[in-house]
Amino acid sequence: MLLALDIWFILEKVALIATIIGLSFFIAMYTTYAERKVAAWLQDRRGPNRAGPFGLFQPLADGGKLFFKEEIIPLTSNRFLFILGPALAMITALLTSSVIPWGASYVDGSINIPLQVADVDMGILIVFGIVSVGVYGIMIGGWSSNNKFSLLAAIRGASQMVSYELPMGLALIAVLLMTGSLKMSVIVSHQIEHGWHILYQPLGFIIFFVCALAECNRTPFDLPEAENELNFGYHQEYSSMKLGFYLFAEYINMFISSAVMATLYFGGYDIPFVNESTWGLSPLMFSLMSFAVLMAKVLFFLFVFIWIRWTIPRFRYDQLMNLGWKKLIPLSLVNMLLTAALTLWLNK
Amino acid sequence: MNVNGMSTMRLTDRAKVVDRRPMTFLESLYLWSILKGMATTLKHLFRKKATIEYPEEKRPFSPVFRGLHVLNRDAEGRENCTACGLCAVACPAEAITMEAAERLPSEENLYREEKYAAKYEINMLRCIFCGLCEEACPKDAIYLSQTFAPANYGRKGFIYKKEELLIPHPINQREAYEKALGDRKPAVKA
Repeated sequence: MLLALDIWFILEKVALIATIIGLSFFIAMYTTYAERKVAAWLQDRRGPNRAGPFGLFQPLADGGKLFFKEEIIPLTSNRFLFILGPALAMITALLTSSVIPWGASYVDGSINIPLQVADVDMGILIVFGIVSVGVYGIMIGGWSSNNKFSLLAAIRGASQMVSYELPMGLALIAVLLMTGSLKMSVIVSHQIEHGWHILYQPLGFIIFFVCALAECNRTPFDLPEAENELNFGYHQEYSSMKLGFYLFAEYINMFISSAVMATLYFGGYDIPFVNESTWGLSPLMFSLMSFAVLMAKVLFFLFVFIWIRWTIPRFRYDQLMNLGWKKLIPLSLVNMLLTAALTLWLNK
Repeated sequence: MNVNGMSTMRLTDRAKVVDRRPMTFLESLYLWSILKGMATTLKHLFRKKATIEYPEEKRPFSPVFRGLHVLNRDAEGRENCTACGLCAVACPAEAITMEAAERLPSEENLYREEKYAAKYEINMLRCIFCGLCEEACPKDAIYLSQTFAPANYGRKGFIYKKEELLIPHPINQREAYEKALGDRKPAVKA
């Protein structure tokens, strides 16, 4: 069966995968730059502006610095797991991009190229599954460092991610009740037909957003890595590009979760209030425009992520757990039940 | 206000009574307070930046700023210093050392008086830039300029020799002299 596969199909997918991975790296790179710039602006400073015009080469300089740093592997650490940790974090961060529809399909006569690597039936579940595996990157890294502070931070991180996955999943169920499908393409087309999910699920979106912050280890939920207190975090023993992988994977996670939120709640690549398919654009232009629209939404979310980070302080650990278990889970349960009841009532 | 039967005086009218009531469910979600905070930071996004981009842009110093020392010359370009040592005595940080020498008949165009400083060193790491040397000097030979010592890789580089301290020659190096003089009035022709 595999031999029967069209060579063009494979080429198309490889090209798409390469593009998306390249794009993820590029966006993650410049999110670090944006982070520093926005942080500076919010604090009445200017931010990096020396490397290149407007400091645009700053991420390259940072990356170069990380590459040339001495690589230290603690003698008492488990070497294999120590290297596996950051690799796993990076792999899981990149894998999640595979099921996101990045734009409207390129349809030209008999040619139909979806801008999505895999439109599988369980779509969004794959994202959740891979994100859950991402916890192992943190756990393995923290544990194999053989440092009690790393281990404590890893446990903190793992418990946080596990706790916040619950309300996130419950908020997601409410969306799935409306679409009736796990397929990402169906979720988007449902929104194009019936309006964005944010209109029907404002509470669900807020819960999802808060949980996304926690899943990406972003402020106010960045206890796993607390740079300035709690003895850094699970990557305390890491140096050089292994540390870079952890930090970079986080930015890629931010990018992907922004894309997921845009797809689930903000209509994916849909432009609101207009029906762009009647504009008579060429198929290439149409696909590119829908991609640009999705990217605009993603960039907005990335800005909000950064904006939140430089506004509010970190939660205390008990506050974090209280918020997750006693506030978000009941709220998302109520949200889910209400949605279920309304869907049932309206569809009768 | 009344605490323990004593009336307390309010020092400012900005005092706020802290609300100690337990949070309601909505408050405990922190959403509203977080939004308020985000509005505050968003306002800062458009504020004027406080940064001064140093090497290109420098803060102006006040006219009484006391910076690096300059050894002065008179209008004919002769060194004013007679190595009397009053500046070294006045210096509370003991940053100044010098060695005196007698002027030869052929050196009358170099030194104003018959005694001069053959060596003159100021340790800028010891110096506290108080300006007492300038006050002590009877010959108007030393004054503090409006520049500060640039960074250096070693301590040795901060011990300024006479060559580094002397003001450029007013006739041979006119432009450099005027630049070094800044808004100080030039030496009066004796």
